[in-house]
Amino acid sequence: MLGKTAGGLFWMFRYLERAENIARLVEAGWRIALTRSGDAENEWKSVVTTAGMRAGYLAKHDDYEAVRVINYLLRDPDNGSSVMSAVNAARSNARLVRTALSSEVWEAVNECWMAIKAVLARPVTERNLPEVLSVIRTRSAVVRGALHGTMLRNEIYNFCRMGTFLERSDNTARILDVKYYVLLPSASYVGSSMDNAQWENILRSVSAERSFSWLHGGETTPQGIAQFLILDRRVPRSMAFCCWKTREQLAHLEGEYGTRQPSQDFADTMCQRFDQPITTIFDQGLHEFLKASIRDIAALAQQIEQDFRFYG
Amino acid sequence: MDKQSRFYDEMFDSAGQARQPYSRYNDWFQTEDIRHLRRKSGEAEAFFRRIGITFNVYGQQEADERLIPFDVVPRIISAREWTRLEEGIAQRVRAINAFLHDIYHRQEILRAGRVPVELIARNEAFLPQMIGVNPPGGVYTHIVGTDLVRTDENEFFVLEDNARTPSGVSYMLENRETMLQMFPELFTRLKVRPVSSYPQNLRRSLSDCAPPAFNGDKPEVAVLTPGIHNSAYFEHAFLADQMGAELVESHDLRIENGRVCMRTTRGYKPIDVLYRRIDDDYLDPLNFNPNSLLGVPGIMDVYRAGGITLANAPGTGIADDKALYSYMPDIVEFYTGEKAILKNVPTWRCSEPDSLKYVLDHLAELVVKEVHGSGGYGMLVGPAASKRELARFEKKLRARPANYIAQPTLALSTVPIMTKRGLAPRHVDLRPFVLVSPNKVQITPGGLTRVALKEGSLVVNSSQGGGTKDTWVLGD
Repeated sequence: MLGKTAGGLFWMFRYLERAENIARLVEAGWRIALTRSGDAENEWKSVVTTAGMRAGYLAKHDDYEAVRVINYLLRDPDNGSSVMSAVNAARSNARLVRTALSSEVWEAVNECWMAIKAVLARPVTERNLPEVLSVIRTRSAVVRGALHGTMLRNEIYNFCRMGTFLERSDNTARILDVKYYVLLPSASYVGSSMDNAQWENILRSVSAERSFSWLHGGETTPQGIAQFLILDRRVPRSMAFCCWKTREQLAHLEGEYGTRQPSQDFADTMCQRFDQPITTIFDQGLHEFLKASIRDIAALAQQIEQDFRFYG
Repeated sequence: MDKQSRFYDEMFDSAGQARQPYSRYNDWFQTEDIRHLRRKSGEAEAFFRRIGITFNVYGQQEADERLIPFDVVPRIISAREWTRLEEGIAQRVRAINAFLHDIYHRQEILRAGRVPVELIARNEAFLPQMIGVNPPGGVYTHIVGTDLVRTDENEFFVLEDNARTPSGVSYMLENRETMLQMFPELFTRLKVRPVSSYPQNLRRSLSDCAPPAFNGDKPEVAVLTPGIHNSAYFEHAFLADQMGAELVESHDLRIENGRVCMRTTRGYKPIDVLYRRIDDDYLDPLNFNPNSLLGVPGIMDVYRAGGITLANAPGTGIADDKALYSYMPDIVEFYTGEKAILKNVPTWRCSEPDSLKYVLDHLAELVVKEVHGSGGYGMLVGPAASKRELARFEKKLRARPANYIAQPTLALSTVPIMTKRGLAPRHVDLRPFVLVSPNKVQITPGGLTRVALKEGSLVVNSSQGGGTKDTWVLGD
């Protein structure tokens, strides 16, 4: 397979994952805004920060008004990571690697692009936001479904999956990092209703509120949430899960190519980090842990890019 | 109907009866509800958008990706008609390959005085770098798209030979897929010859021309595209996909140990046959246009040393050059010893003073083309042009006469298209696709039918608002 193709697949799925994650952040922010109007402005601010768009946003707007934030996140052409920009980039990469995709995956991503372009053609209002979010969610789910149902389980699949997992673990780490202070056992917050809403929102941002209560009953604790989203390998959006899955893809590539690459050693080391108990992580500093993880995810992506000759 | 009657309609005769190749289709058509068929047209468009059969139009930012309009009424060709076309095309393509070999070696045809020397020597399409080069398998034009027009029951003319990098084959294939999905019942009623094996045949025919340096069990074939913004990118990706070949761009390629290699996830891997969809001029910045970013520096040297096969070979443009076109009947005769089966359109070479005078005197009746133009750009259709356009073109002609040829405005045949008010005749042409391998010329039974969607218009190019139809060649 061409290095360029591997890179195209990797990025196509990174962008798709990014679009989905941003839609999810908007959804969670929206929910807080609806239920706790007092915290709304702050909540939107942290959504924009989590999405890594704060500087760009502040260059255009002075406040964190809901409709402004929503439109910036979903469709602003000046925002290179808006859902629309991400979907454009995903589709553009798909065109580039079309020969490597099954026709169902190609059609799914092309239709995803057409549908999202259509709903984002005009400014999003509070009234049509739920419909817009649902189109983004269903369309990206169709692409994922086509990938699982029709693609060969070979190198092509491995690069697609790695793009997904690296983007996802980066996203989960960022969500936790922006909110890490509400997870800290600081006396003044414990048990307040504000905390509960924040915790709930973290779970919602990764669509994991149901699975969390499935595993933990009704008991929501900051350590429980951190353990769940960082270390629990049953959770498909946890950092540990993503790390292990990435490692798995690299191991498949080793099997197929017969060469072990530096990125694999890197991933192995990274995965070990998720073997320690959550209390140790808290003791050594949650924020520091998350910062280091975000840095390593970026470094791993770069190593993969180099090992498999994405750009030459 | 009066206005249309001077044109030959392929579906209906002057009495309004369906002609023989269309009789079964017409029987079916008469039982169909027009509204239903119009709805099907809408479906076809959605289908094309979904699978992304789009093309990019140069100079139109707004419509970055456009669809070529598709008409649901097929263009039908009888087995008998096809056999004759096939013989004519094969004869012509063989002659073209013999001509190219000759022109880059002994130049017998020039010595015999059948083609003027200056027409070759001063022609930009003639590549001195190809002199004495023997392309693997002796094939110059692996892929040809011969443009034909029809003016009467048995009158077919070759309009252009397209021996460089003809495009449109993806439409032939996808138009058929669309028709199969929309009207499966028609394919059980009529014996339509399939076109779907084209990509496999293309791969085989390219593989049969592996270069001397090839030493594996299966030649590595790749398609070279200028990139995602090229107007035919969809087709490049489509063909690579269908052949199971890699789709490469120049920055994926490098030369290593005398081979052209592509950057894979496992390092650099040699390519044996490169189906390049970029023009000669851009192919190799070291040997041709030094500003090209699309090509591979030094690829010509690898080619000359037998390290890679380029399809089509560089320099084939000399054979489909419009200035040479008028010599094609002589060329066919010279190399095959037979009269050309397919007719050439009478052509005035504006480089000749007498012809130029005639052309200027009759400008309003003629079609004038640039010698190196394509895609319907830079062309004058006399009968459709305004006085101002004629005057402007006259100036251009006088300034550079050798840059133009002129032809009579042909009474192109029509085939009906589906309009809001039912069937209406529109002018068409036909581009069948030809594959050449060392000992074989293969013509896919079908081709790309382009149709002018505007009433009365004779310009069928997609860049000028033309559409396409599925082309059905009937079995016996």
